[in-house]
Amino acid sequence: MARVRRRLEKLKLSTLYSFALCAKGSTEDHSKIGTAGFSRVVYVNDPDRHEEEGFRYPRNEVSTTKYSLVTFVPKSLFEQFRRVANFYFLVSGILTLTPLAPYSAVSALLPLSVVITATMLKEGVEDWRRKQQDIELNNRIVKVHRGNGSFEETKWKYIKIGDVIKVEKDNFFPADLILLSSNYPDGICYVETMNLDGETNLKIKQALEVTSDLQEDGDFTNLRQIIKCEDPNANLYSFVGTMDYKGMRHPLSPQQLLLRDSKLRNTDYIYGAVIFTGHDTKVMQNATEPPSKRSKIEKKMDYIIYLLLCSLLGIALLGSVFFGIWTKADLRNGELKRWYLRPDDSTVFYDPKRAPLASFCHLLTALMLYNYFIPISLYISIEMVKILQAVFINQDIDMYDEESDKPTHARTSNLNEELGQVDTILSDKTGTLTCNMMEFIKCSIAGTAYGQSVTEVEKAMALRKGVPLGDEIEAGGHKEKQIEESPHVKGFNLKDPRIMDGNWIHEPNKDVIRDFFRLLAICHTCIPEVDETDKVSYEAESPDEAAFVIAARELGFEFYKRTQTSIVIRERDPNQNVADYQYRKYELLNVLEFSSSRRRMSVIVKEPEPEGRILLFSKGADSVMFTRLAPDGRKFEEETKRHINEYSDSGLRTLVLAYRVLDEKEYENFAEKFRTAKISGSADRDEQIGEAADSIERDLILLGATAVEDKLQKGVPECIDKLAQAGIKIWVLTGDKMETAINIGFACSLLRQGMTQIIIALEAPDIIALEKNGDKDSIAKASKQSVMGQIEDGIKQVPTLGQSSTESFALIIDGKSLTYALEDDVKFKFLDLAVKCASVICCRSSPKQKALVTRLVKHSDKVTLAIGDGANDVGMLQEADIGVGISGVEGMQAVMASDIAIAQFRFLERLLLVHGHWCYRRISVMICYFFYKNVTFGVTIFLYEAFASFSGKPAYNDWFLSLYNVFFTSLPVIALGVFDQDVSSRLCLQFKTLH
Amino acid sequence: MPAYSKFTQQELPACKPLLTPEIVIAAFALIGALFVPIGLASLHASRQVVELVHRYDASCVPVDDKVGFIQNSRTDKTCTVTMTVPKYMKSPIHVYYLIDGFYQNHRRYVRSRSDKQLRYKSAAHLTSDCVPEGDTADHAPIVPCGLVAWSLFNDTYTVRVNGVVTQVNKKDIAWKSDKNNKFGKNIYPSNFQKGRLIGGATLNESIPLSEQEDLIVWMRTAALPTFRKLYGRIEKDINANDNVTVVIQNNYNTYSFGGSKALVLSTASWIGGKNNFIGIAYLTIGGLCLSLAMGFLVLYMVKRRYVS
Repeated sequence: MARVRRRLEKLKLSTLYSFALCAKGSTEDHSKIGTAGFSRVVYVNDPDRHEEEGFRYPRNEVSTTKYSLVTFVPKSLFEQFRRVANFYFLVSGILTLTPLAPYSAVSALLPLSVVITATMLKEGVEDWRRKQQDIELNNRIVKVHRGNGSFEETKWKYIKIGDVIKVEKDNFFPADLILLSSNYPDGICYVETMNLDGETNLKIKQALEVTSDLQEDGDFTNLRQIIKCEDPNANLYSFVGTMDYKGMRHPLSPQQLLLRDSKLRNTDYIYGAVIFTGHDTKVMQNATEPPSKRSKIEKKMDYIIYLLLCSLLGIALLGSVFFGIWTKADLRNGELKRWYLRPDDSTVFYDPKRAPLASFCHLLTALMLYNYFIPISLYISIEMVKILQAVFINQDIDMYDEESDKPTHARTSNLNEELGQVDTILSDKTGTLTCNMMEFIKCSIAGTAYGQSVTEVEKAMALRKGVPLGDEIEAGGHKEKQIEESPHVKGFNLKDPRIMDGNWIHEPNKDVIRDFFRLLAICHTCIPEVDETDKVSYEAESPDEAAFVIAARELGFEFYKRTQTSIVIRERDPNQNVADYQYRKYELLNVLEFSSSRRRMSVIVKEPEPEGRILLFSKGADSVMFTRLAPDGRKFEEETKRHINEYSDSGLRTLVLAYRVLDEKEYENFAEKFRTAKISGSADRDEQIGEAADSIERDLILLGATAVEDKLQKGVPECIDKLAQAGIKIWVLTGDKMETAINIGFACSLLRQGMTQIIIALEAPDIIALEKNGDKDSIAKASKQSVMGQIEDGIKQVPTLGQSSTESFALIIDGKSLTYALEDDVKFKFLDLAVKCASVICCRSSPKQKALVTRLVKHSDKVTLAIGDGANDVGMLQEADIGVGISGVEGMQAVMASDIAIAQFRFLERLLLVHGHWCYRRISVMICYFFYKNVTFGVTIFLYEAFASFSGKPAYNDWFLSLYNVFFTSLPVIALGVFDQDVSSRLCLQFKTLH
Repeated sequence: MPAYSKFTQQELPACKPLLTPEIVIAAFALIGALFVPIGLASLHASRQVVELVHRYDASCVPVDDKVGFIQNSRTDKTCTVTMTVPKYMKSPIHVYYLIDGFYQNHRRYVRSRSDKQLRYKSAAHLTSDCVPEGDTADHAPIVPCGLVAWSLFNDTYTVRVNGVVTQVNKKDIAWKSDKNNKFGKNIYPSNFQKGRLIGGATLNESIPLSEQEDLIVWMRTAALPTFRKLYGRIEKDINANDNVTVVIQNNYNTYSFGGSKALVLSTASWIGGKNNFIGIAYLTIGGLCLSLAMGFLVLYMVKRRYVS
């Protein structure tokens, strides 16, 4: 570790990155500071001064609980009585205190209080758990500067505004900080913001230059700064502030802001000044009350309760009318009829002289009497049943993932039965369908394709065609052998004896092969970490990059060391002499990073002597790379293109690799241009840098192409297949480009060969032409028209529901079209089309679009289930009727927002088909049973009334009446709701249409 | 890691019978075979019971103004009815009075009592539920208070068999539990039936409530407006064709509310009094099940369908 650190210290990474850091936003209006909305003043390293100056800032203690000790009783009671039934029972309970009551007050109020107490207890326990979580969070430890350069371990909750804190590697930031310095001399640090936005790639933050030299604990002894910045707000990506330091005023931007709940990565430690604490932090400001979801059954139940209330009112009215008539008849012309009731000397409730009033009072009595029509314990019983059902779901061993040691976790139990009614599944792709683990599986070098492994897409396709893949058995056997020989290397699955184990030296194009792998070993932004046994592991921004570097390592071109100005490659001697390493040190001149608009990345390096050439290595998407090849660099273009097509057909991600030799003068020119572009402060700096890069990334010589497989999760195709058989529609919402999405669609049997694909995209030449012209309005107009047209065409293609067709349809739509398709006037047409298709794939969709699509599907009154694993799926999960989070690799944000968390996509099958089926049936049967028993009971009371001249005398003993619902009849119903199985789990899975 | 057990995995063995024809036929046949004998036995027992019912409310009042007649305390209300016993009646023979159209289950009526007062000496003043029969005009508590006690049945019967006066035993006609637990041994009636309106019977103020069995029987209010209550027992067999003469003091007013009164003499068997309903119900269900079983059996033999 120490070694790594020492090496990293010398690294001034900022010089390597040309784009990420140049995006220093200076557009924010710093002049607003000090005005309304920008009033925060922070005295760095002097936290006590805020109070002296009269600033009141919240503590860093966070509380996500719903209630506190004081508010618990009133608040939860209020919540309880918001339910119609509970309120009704409260009112009738209060009425029992009057002489109107047909039974004693205690016997009426006791069940109500039992039910209310039980529900409150449940609320209390849930809140207590949240409290525990808060306590855990609030008591995490961080180092805080306590004067004289000494840092003391302190609990998070004691952190105050203005504190200088030291956060170490892989720890979360306890509050929103301003980055002062890191272990890197230029004050750079890497931050993982997965908990905030779900993006797994690391983000780079950089301290102001003036503070980045505060490297040691002691430097903070006399540090005094004043930071003035905006007030707390929820915007994660903007920040405006200034720092007064050493008599100078420096602007602060989001580049210096480290947000609470993000994680420090690849950096040993940072120093930061606390500016927002506790509920002021941006992440807490963003925390919204998750929408409370109610299942459809519950909504339906309310209707039934209203219906029962009406019938109750009806029979109560009927009884009152009869009662009135009979009471009036008791006294005629002063003559007592039913003398034993003493109608001559009566209270208002039985007074024949005031029969209408007595009748009305009787109505109230009757309403209380017949309240057995309304099951008081229904809600609590259902809740208990659901909790027990959830326990069973959690306990299910068939949905337990051994690898991650995670069982299924039903977080909100009140949606169990919805699982049995799911009609549409909206799924995320990365991390949900796929593992988000890249495997280097094939490559094409100098027009020759290497790699014999069979991808899952190929397997799926072969399976579909029914043709056994010729070399599958062979490959399988090979694989087994491979496993015996060496443990499988994560991220690497290239199997080809022609290039493995140094055999590439015997290939005809060995020079190209060598350059190819050198490029893989050099052209990236990974950071190596060497452990004691001299093994190298890599920290990469994306799993693709890691796969490349690992592939290079496995083939003998080990990326070994990165310094500020050089990259060291450890090359194994191809002549099998393993012990003999050859170190090649490349001088790193420039890195032109990957960006989504450039779609390529390049590095410029100087080869070690004796060659000493300046090389530009470049890798990128085929669309941009092929246009940049030199005329004499297109030797293998045809073959490579063919291979790339083959690869993408089998669901692989491809990149084209090319290089270029630069002569000194050329590089000097570029370097000059690049430098001037970089230091110029003008607004079009980005463009200038882009131009400079563009000018050098030309006349490349093609080396080949790589193919990386995005591994599908275990059992995904089978699961999707079975769900489809159960009649569930599956929509995939992915951020990937269309081709990849379609590939994955084939891989997980979402798309099948016989399907008609309806593709809606905005790639018609006229629209592209319009886009070049740049008139926004006309683009939007034309785009929308085009999307409308395509949707209408699609609808025409799909036969109307009446006609039976064996052909199934798949709809594929890209993000840009989706924007237009989701506009108000088009969306129902779009929905119309989408509902008719068996599967729908939305590519390039943003998190917002995901949520919008989910909302749209919900419009069709179908139960939707959203499944996802990243924070970018949170919107979707919350919007859907049921949100299922994958508790996999990508953080906990999705799990926190989900209703049910599972470890793997394939568990969805059992969750829906078995538990969904059971829970739905159980709850429905149970609710029917409940109403049945209550209506039966109520009707006997009513019938008895007819024999008691509707006087409001219950047929049963008071206590029997009141305990009937709460004790006597609730257990059998609950047992039914928890244990009943109409068919076994095996049959549920076998006959999917049961769903 | 969730622990494996058959319970948590919801794999406990369960009985899920498939309704095959065989099972259905067998089940119906079994129910039939069980119910028919039960039905026959209860019907037989019920037919063993000899029951004489004689309604006397109309015949005992010679005048048209029945209400006026009954409310006049000075008229002689003695009335004699004669019955011929059709069958041998084995002792004990229960004597009931049967009242129809009397809502003892009316809420006002049912509640108009003070259980505490009946039980505890110190609770004599707890008469708030008993209004208007709670306190006398000078605010002395009435014991027993309330409409139920106030309207106590007051017809009396003197039975002669073939002209010989036969003792009607009025001991042990109330529930033992009522006597022991609900009515106090040291509580004596006071201020009872002293008000403006006299409801029904008066009580002997020297006998404690727990011994006033007529009152105890009456205060166990009937659930339905037609009810019979035990008056006493004749502990002597009566032979067939014996003449039973009952001298009735027809005091109780059922005329105001249009009810009726009847005298019932009945023997008892193991199913209680005469009650054909249980037997008939069992027989009906049993017969229905048997015939269904037969029908299904025939269908099953004729048109057999094989379940795969």
